[in-house]
Amino acid sequence: MKTIYLDHAAGTPVDEKVVGGMIPYLKGYFGNPQSIHVYGEEAKGAIDEAREKVADLISADPAEIYFTASGTESNNIAIKGIAHAAKKKGSHIVVSAIEHQSVLHSAKSLVKEGFSVTHVPVDKNGVVNPEDVKKAITDETILVSIMHANSEVGTIEPIGEIAKVVKDKGIIFHTDAVSAVGNIPINVKELGVDSLSLSGSQFYGPKGAAALYLKKGTRVVPFIDGGIQEDGRRPGTENVPGIVGLGLAAGLAVDEMADRAKHLVGLRDALVSGLTSSVDHIYLKGHPVDRLPGHASFVVEFIEGEAMLLSLSMEGVCVASGSACTSKALKASHVLEAMKVDTALAQGSIVFSFGMMNRMEDVDYVLEVFPPIIERLRKMSPLYTKYLKEGKK
Amino acid sequence: MYSEKVMDHFRNPRNVGVLDDADGIGEEGNPVCGDMMTFYIKVKDDRLQDIKFQTFGCGSAIAVSSMISEMAIGKTLNEAMKITNKDVAEELGGLPKNKLHCSNLGADALHRAIENYRKDIKIEPKAKRPEKPADAAHCHCPYCGEEFDCKDTHVDMCVNRPGAE
Repeated sequence: MKTIYLDHAAGTPVDEKVVGGMIPYLKGYFGNPQSIHVYGEEAKGAIDEAREKVADLISADPAEIYFTASGTESNNIAIKGIAHAAKKKGSHIVVSAIEHQSVLHSAKSLVKEGFSVTHVPVDKNGVVNPEDVKKAITDETILVSIMHANSEVGTIEPIGEIAKVVKDKGIIFHTDAVSAVGNIPINVKELGVDSLSLSGSQFYGPKGAAALYLKKGTRVVPFIDGGIQEDGRRPGTENVPGIVGLGLAAGLAVDEMADRAKHLVGLRDALVSGLTSSVDHIYLKGHPVDRLPGHASFVVEFIEGEAMLLSLSMEGVCVASGSACTSKALKASHVLEAMKVDTALAQGSIVFSFGMMNRMEDVDYVLEVFPPIIERLRKMSPLYTKYLKEGKK
Repeated sequence: MYSEKVMDHFRNPRNVGVLDDADGIGEEGNPVCGDMMTFYIKVKDDRLQDIKFQTFGCGSAIAVSSMISEMAIGKTLNEAMKITNKDVAEELGGLPKNKLHCSNLGADALHRAIENYRKDIKIEPKAKRPEKPADAAHCHCPYCGEEFDCKDTHVDMCVNRPGAE
């Protein structure tokens, strides 16, 4: 049976060119970049080149790029590291209500140490209002972190405007751009951010290779102690093959971004219009326009997400959901909750995220198999029966 | 993740439907939590002559409802009351640990329907439960089975949760 991967928000396949570029660093060029001999120099040269490519992707200086093992790690260094470095100036942090768990839980752990955190609300499309960020800032605020794009609903935040508000008050501004980098053009200088997290697994690079942008002068207290790699901010022998892969993926993203966006938008919009016209009581979530090019997240009324996932998986279609039953902690999506989506409705969450391997036939196939799945589950649902009988939900 | 038997009951659930002339109706769960089941029963000579159910919920929830309806049909009311969530999970070849609470709901919903019939009260979709605020949602913890207000962070903090601090 053909499988169709529509969960690129969870991770992308590694581009063939990237794989090809990484293999020499797994086989022949195995040197430690810190070694003072030809093996070391070769490895160091490779990661320096990767650093330049990643810097180029976000218009930063190579010296401002620090390699980490994941977006989560980048977020941890940013939130905890910046907060600890600035704690003499204050102890208040502002984040949005829809941040990734790595930001929310990092902030939560700081609360145990005496910091305080304010969560800025979002509107029904998941958009953060710069005015709300302004209101949340106090004299004690030392860090604001708002994500660039949300991986659950696809909404792209007005980071440039939010940065203006934050920098006006002289506060450090970090953005978790893991879902955005490689998908939409990002220029850290134009945006005005002090720090940014990105991950290669989101733009056809390998897993385990990510980075943190720290504008010159932005201090962090590192939590890994060791040698002097990454200027002491993230010691540890570098993951050379991974970093090389990240650099190659960054280079490809720069070259191909416009074409990729065009391709993905075509698929996304075809799915959205196809589903909303063939199925009743299905709602697109996230901002209708300011959303990631390949991202289409819905809530389907009267039925539950995991049952939809299983049914789609039986037809070879691989997607994701924000329902309680699909999370290990059995809690429904905090993003949908922050967007004030009715909790019962949020259980019907289903998230499609396209990538470059997808074609229009994949959209056609989903439009063929998904509506009957919805119909079958609705026939079994007491909520749907009640709606049909009483005409209200 | 799921056994063959669970997948079979998910693909082809037995006894889905509604009984307009049900002798007993039982409902458990809450759409807020993500799982809700309604069981309808017809009783003759103290035996379950017919069972129909509807479920709003995940793969486990649907499979559990289907399995328990199959296990209970034809049994006496007492025998059916003795079917536990553990029995259902075992019949299904086991459920993932964090889905065991779905099996609680299936057995409970059927038992409510039987209680509803036995109390001979006017048939209501919601069986009599201890007094709770009308709009409070109640969830079952998948790790310790306790009931708690869905808005709580009980699951995060449960001592039985794997990897709990």
